[in-house]
Amino acid sequence: MSLISLMGALEIGLIFALVALGVLISFRLLNFPDLTADGSFPLGGAVAAVLIAGGHDPWLACGLAAIAGAAAGWVTAWLNVRLGILQLLASILVMIALYSINLRIMGAPNIALIGLPTVFTPFISTVNDNAWLIQPAVLAVIVVLAKLLLDAFFASEAGLALRATGANPRMARAQGISTDRMTLAGMALSNALIALAGALYVQTQGGADISMGIGTIVVGLAAVIIGETLLPPRSLWLVTLATVLGALLYRLLIALALNADFIGLQAQDLNLITAVLVGLALVLPKIKAKLRNKQGGRTA
Amino acid sequence: MMRADNLFKTFNPGTPLENPVLRGLSLTIESGQFVTVIGSNGAGKSTFLNAISGDISPDSGSLSIDGQDVTRQTAWQRAGLVARVFQDPLAGTCEGLSIEENLALAMQRGQGRGLSRAVKASYREQFRAKLATLQLGLENRLGDRMGLLSGGQRQAVSLLMASLQPSRLLLLDEHTAALDPKTAAFVLELTDRIVSENKLTALMVTHSMRQALDHGHRTVMLHQGRVVLDVSGEERSRMDVPDLLAMFERTRGEKLDDDALLLG
Repeated sequence: MSLISLMGALEIGLIFALVALGVLISFRLLNFPDLTADGSFPLGGAVAAVLIAGGHDPWLACGLAAIAGAAAGWVTAWLNVRLGILQLLASILVMIALYSINLRIMGAPNIALIGLPTVFTPFISTVNDNAWLIQPAVLAVIVVLAKLLLDAFFASEAGLALRATGANPRMARAQGISTDRMTLAGMALSNALIALAGALYVQTQGGADISMGIGTIVVGLAAVIIGETLLPPRSLWLVTLATVLGALLYRLLIALALNADFIGLQAQDLNLITAVLVGLALVLPKIKAKLRNKQGGRTA
Repeated sequence: MMRADNLFKTFNPGTPLENPVLRGLSLTIESGQFVTVIGSNGAGKSTFLNAISGDISPDSGSLSIDGQDVTRQTAWQRAGLVARVFQDPLAGTCEGLSIEENLALAMQRGQGRGLSRAVKASYREQFRAKLATLQLGLENRLGDRMGLLSGGQRQAVSLLMASLQPSRLLLLDEHTAALDPKTAAFVLELTDRIVSENKLTALMVTHSMRQALDHGHRTVMLHQGRVVLDVSGEERSRMDVPDLLAMFERTRGEKLDDDALLLG
């Protein structure tokens, strides 16, 4: 694998680290199985692409994309807590609706951004092409910032209330926490992160495409699950770190699998590899626990 | 002061599973009074407690706490008035959070939650001092996950959590039922201490007549969704379990057939 393709894998991995942090909030912390991601990721991409193509500031585009994602997550949560629609179903409804909305926003199935200024442009040298190095570097800064901000939030009064809402809603209510409001806010935060990832994605790929969201949730979930097998969940900053590392490792493994010619895998096998990786990540902890039990039995 | 007036609650109305649980229940508890509640299975004890805490909404009747009508308030809205310890040791705390995080959650009960740090250094000192009074060695384990604690330890911490912020009413829902006898005795003793130290108004549901008479100032018995017995003061202090049974049979004209109540 060449250095360029390694950095390419890192770049996508960093973008999906933001998705994975969003998925961590919905699936793990709020205990809300949420598939909105497949719609909110391209929503962020669509909003950012339209704004950048319209000549607006790329950072502003990222901000508005995140707000659009927050609105999508809020609607999913609202369908669940106010109308009582099953969590999974509420998110599928919003995901489907977003496909139409994204087409409306983009006005066409795809928008090209080649040659237009992105958040990376100011850092890229005009003399020699160093985009392959600069883009992952800028993304790394954004991901680290997002992780640290999330850590601080989850250690705050409101953040702790959000975690209690997912862990034990009855207890949370008994402590005066409005679990409904917390779910609305948490889902908005989760999908804001995922939409931000979508906004950054279109800027690294040179354009937005209506089908770019397919499988987002699976990749995000894969990253979270791989992260969980990497590090013990002793404290929340370790969990967020594991999630980021999980996203990076996942993309690296994919790149390795696709680059190893002797296996004969090609790009169209991506989803199959994802399924195998997630399956392995789910089974490994159980095998590890079994081995540990056996050893324990021997020493006792 | 807590005042429940003519509460009615029917589960699954209009279906073959229709179950009228509360049938005109009225009870007034003066401030500072510790009331124990007994009753056989299905008498409405848990439903009554859930109605007071706001977990369920009564079909009719009214509830007020310190003169404030809370009948239509949700559980989280009245959490500032009502503190609660659940029957299930797993229910009252978050097992995935640390001991200090659980205590910090209770520190903000009934208050707004902002973006300042949840576990403040000043809180930590307070938590350590309070946990030390339990004599379980938990004061050195603030960072441990709640899930590592035994049922008895968790109930003790739940009690502590309920007393971190002032409340107008403390609800104890058979909070020793899931514990072994020795641990149950410890948690009950702790309950007595916390209630009297903080001069709390408390309502304790118990399955045991013995416990009901030994703790608190007043005992009420629920039967078929209403209060059928209410003893306090001199009369209560002279009473024993057989007296209570006899009294029940006299007022109801029927025999009590719940072994759990008799054996406790």
